[in-house]
Amino acid sequence: MRLQVWLIAQRSLVRTFRQPGVWIPPLTFPLMLMAVNSNGLRAATHLPGFPTDSFLAFFLPFSFMQGALFASGIAGVDLARDIDTGFLNRLALTPVRGGALLLGQIGGAVGLGMLQAVIYLGVGLVAGVRIDAGVGGAFVILVLAVLIAAGWGTLGLWIALRTGSSEGVQSQFPLLFFATFISSMNLPRNLIEVSWFRDLATINPVKCCTCPSAPAWIPLTLVTKVSASADVESSAASANSGLIITLA
Amino acid sequence: MGRSDKGIDADGLVRRFKDVEAVAGIDLTVAPGEIYGFLGPNGAGKSTTVHMLTTLLPPTAGRATVAGFDVARQGPQVRASIGAALQEAALDPFLTGREHLRLQSSLHGITGATRRALIVRLLDRVGLTHAGDRKVRTYSGGMKRRLDLALALIHDPSILFLDEPTTGLDPQSRTALWNEVGRLAHEEGVTVFLTTQYLEEADVLADRVGIIDHGRIVAEGTPAQLKAEIGKPTVEVVPERPDDLERLRGLLRRFGIETAARPGAFAVQLDGHGDLPAVIRALDTDDVRAAEINLHQPTLDDVFLAKTGHTLEGAEAE
Repeated sequence: MRLQVWLIAQRSLVRTFRQPGVWIPPLTFPLMLMAVNSNGLRAATHLPGFPTDSFLAFFLPFSFMQGALFASGIAGVDLARDIDTGFLNRLALTPVRGGALLLGQIGGAVGLGMLQAVIYLGVGLVAGVRIDAGVGGAFVILVLAVLIAAGWGTLGLWIALRTGSSEGVQSQFPLLFFATFISSMNLPRNLIEVSWFRDLATINPVKCCTCPSAPAWIPLTLVTKVSASADVESSAASANSGLIITLA
Repeated sequence: MGRSDKGIDADGLVRRFKDVEAVAGIDLTVAPGEIYGFLGPNGAGKSTTVHMLTTLLPPTAGRATVAGFDVARQGPQVRASIGAALQEAALDPFLTGREHLRLQSSLHGITGATRRALIVRLLDRVGLTHAGDRKVRTYSGGMKRRLDLALALIHDPSILFLDEPTTGLDPQSRTALWNEVGRLAHEEGVTVFLTTQYLEEADVLADRVGIIDHGRIVAEGTPAQLKAEIGKPTVEVVPERPDDLERLRGLLRRFGIETAARPGAFAVQLDGHGDLPAVIRALDTDDVRAAEINLHQPTLDDVFLAKTGHTLEGAEAE
């Protein structure tokens, strides 16, 4: 089973990284947004109760989330194309197990998620973000990034299986993108004064990815697991500066 | 794996999609080592039948065994026994031919030196050694089809399903594929279930042909048997003088039923009231000089017409 997952994942990775148009924009767009927001919204750090004095440190986790969101598109579109072209049928006619087939399909998304995490973390460190938890904390961040990419990738696969077409997957993307903005990406929830926005940010699965109290009914098992295993937002809120990841 | 001494058996196979009955009760038997041509127009139910026989689609009713295994209950055993090249080569444009073969063989549990040797041999066999390390997106249609065939053969299956394998291929590639399929069946004993909408392909390649129309098999037998069932050759005459066409028409109608002919010619399907010499004698007696006389033996299209009431091309247009 593990070998099968690896074989399918390897193919997913190869096809992803052989298409620069697929992996370069998801890699660079969150970086650009990070650069714009960390400068443009720097004044937010002066708000009473804002958890850090560096907006970049606050915003950095969102880059992982956004990069992973793009990854969901990659995994979903890849699977939908495999359904369209009959490649999935070809794989289904081999002894490969159904679970291995789906897990392997998110290999490209996870690989990209890992690359994104390394680059975003590197950029953050160069720009002055400090990881109070040290090397171990950095490692946890990378693991989280991979899990989040896998979670979003799973969502992409689910949409692909439901719609059966790459157009169907791509048409869901604006909705997911919207979900990332109706979240606590720019402000901690306790500082969001508009109640409907705060309520939406509370029930938003993207929010739940960085929230320790993720409702169990959210049908994103991996994402929920991520939320159960780490508490990004509350740790950031308790820090005077920089980014801390603590295991719950 | 070793060759199975069992072929394909289907008994009352049915597949419905909501209100549409794509396959409406198919009974067929394919002997080991036989090439069975499944001939029919688009939408006749050929691919749906293949999907059921390859376990990709569960039958709504009926049962089928492939290599002795039940398609509904013994899927893994069926899949281990078969190779399939389904409609349109299902390949990843961003992988090379060799990478496809590596992935497919690894998933079948073939590894190490055995795998490397197998890949070299298969690439050579389908004439892709020179292109093995090129991405599939640079392949022509014929090359994709050949790679598809190599992938279907990678685990040495005893039964091979080919769903319209030559659609879109140039005549040269088509002939090369026919030769390889013929060799597989006749030299290696592989059972081949081949769907096609090309009469010539079924005629040339298949040991037996099943004609499917609207989800049912309407005729089955060797191409020669099927044509003999129709048994009526066609005579087409081109008059030397175009003005004689009307007289020719009246003359030939004495020998059979009018059928399609080229412009400036008239043709009848002989109905037993005379043969070619009788036609020639009548032309001589009535002083109708012929520029050209052609005798066409019945084709599978004639069989299709006789069994379904429309030609294969006509069925395509429906």
